[in-house]
Amino acid sequence: MKYMLIMRANDEATAAYEETDFEQVLNAMGAYNESMMKAGVLLAGEGLTDAKEGFVVDFSAEKPIVTDGPYGETHELFNGFWIIEASSKEEAAEWAGRAPLGPGSKLEVRRVHDDSDFEEFADNEYVKKEASWREEQAARAQGN
Amino acid sequence: MPDIRRTVDAVWRIESARIVATLAKMTGDVGLAEDLAQEALVDALTQWPESGVPQNAGAWLTAVAKRKAIDGWRRRERLDERYRAIAHDLEEAGDDEWQPIDDDLLRLVFTACHPVLSREAQVALTLRVVGGLSTEEIARVLLVPVATLQQRIVRAKKTLSAAQVPFESPDPAEWRERLSAVLGVIYLIFTEGYAATSGDRWIRTELAHEALRLGRVLAGLLPREPEVHGLVALMEFQASRFAARVDPDGSPILLADQNRSRWNRAQIERGRAALRAADAVGRGRATYGLQAAIAECHATAGSVEVTDWQRIVLLYEALGRFAPSPVVELNRAVAVSMATGPANALRIVDRLDSDGALRGSHLLPSVRGELLAQLGRVDEAKSELLTAAGLTANERESAVLRAKAAAL
Repeated sequence: MKYMLIMRANDEATAAYEETDFEQVLNAMGAYNESMMKAGVLLAGEGLTDAKEGFVVDFSAEKPIVTDGPYGETHELFNGFWIIEASSKEEAAEWAGRAPLGPGSKLEVRRVHDDSDFEEFADNEYVKKEASWREEQAARAQGN
Repeated sequence: MPDIRRTVDAVWRIESARIVATLAKMTGDVGLAEDLAQEALVDALTQWPESGVPQNAGAWLTAVAKRKAIDGWRRRERLDERYRAIAHDLEEAGDDEWQPIDDDLLRLVFTACHPVLSREAQVALTLRVVGGLSTEEIARVLLVPVATLQQRIVRAKKTLSAAQVPFESPDPAEWRERLSAVLGVIYLIFTEGYAATSGDRWIRTELAHEALRLGRVLAGLLPREPEVHGLVALMEFQASRFAARVDPDGSPILLADQNRSRWNRAQIERGRAALRAADAVGRGRATYGLQAAIAECHATAGSVEVTDWQRIVLLYEALGRFAPSPVVELNRAVAVSMATGPANALRIVDRLDSDGALRGSHLLPSVRGELLAQLGRVDEAKSELLTAAGLTANERESAVLRAKAAAL
């Protein structure tokens, strides 16, 4: 199973981060990433640049509205993520608990959908579309 | 409060290989090391609900297991050098200072895949001591009874002990062969999982993912071995097609007919990254790297028509020189037919046929039948397809072949 570890930080954590020596952060994160790579569980991971560089696309109106900067009144910002392969929720929790993060930081851990989640939707329009698409392919192959 | 048993299992899964490796280095016996680690795990299950999970759980388990080793030797009055060394070690180092050594983990991998063991035993022991899976989990994913699996592991440990297999990585003279055995075990675990198409396929997908995890661990241990990266790349490319390769009824869908929008792009990118890592070593590609490169051609093509078949032909030629086999040659023939037409391909297949290769297998007549059909030699094509239908043990495949013959 794949899990996404989503890093969130409030103002306190952001302020603490800005005061920390960046090399120290790099080393701590590097060691954490390396431990997950060595265990063969790290599939992906990215850190995000400052939220001030970002923008928000809001779908509340009929036409999506784009605004610069972080999301509204949110005081908890997303800063990055990891995707790991774990055999259980507990294993994901164990890895998450080892992240070098301090007060004001949180990791939200979410399971990534896999194919087995869609098995019961064999009647779904797109699953059916795929079946007819395959029939077309077969017909075309025979026509050749 | 999370279920302590499940938390302990999670810690075990993460830490056990390194704990067992450390203990095996000290005791010289993988079987004993595994037993000691298991005993420490039992202690954890009784103590951690009260005390909480320690900060460095791996170090805690290792220290407890070492004490058990010493107790065992003391009972049998074998107070030899090893005992003294470990006792000294325990006094010197605090519980939290333990740092596992990569070399020990590598020794563990090579020992679990040692040539004195049968392939079955290598697979079971690798999943157990390197993968950290429980006997029940391994039995479930390999679809064998728990008792059978238990026996297999006990026997494997006894065999290692009886053969006095040293806890060492192979020396340079044996290196290539032994590494190839390790890669073979990991790929076998992967294909066991990948080949499943029936109702158990989600369980077996787990097995394939476990093989990928083991492959990545090995790539971390041996970053200068191109074939390790090549194997990881091959598994990533093949696994990227999991979702698309069976229909809702569980029937396999051929590569040509798969909905490529369902191929896992992130996984394909990981495969390409692994192949780049293999190439970056600068020693060229061997069998896994070449197979991965072929898989990459398919993975990055939008359809069968736009696939770079010329390149695939070249890659199969190279693969055939490394690992000559009639199956590789037959695959080359299929690629040749896509690149330059059925007539050239038929010459390759006819040569295989006259060599008596693949006799008794449905593969050769089914390919030959397809090629003959494309050349308009309908009667011969029908006869070959029906021969193939009679040779395959897979009923679905047989039905597909008969339908093809009937449609000609």
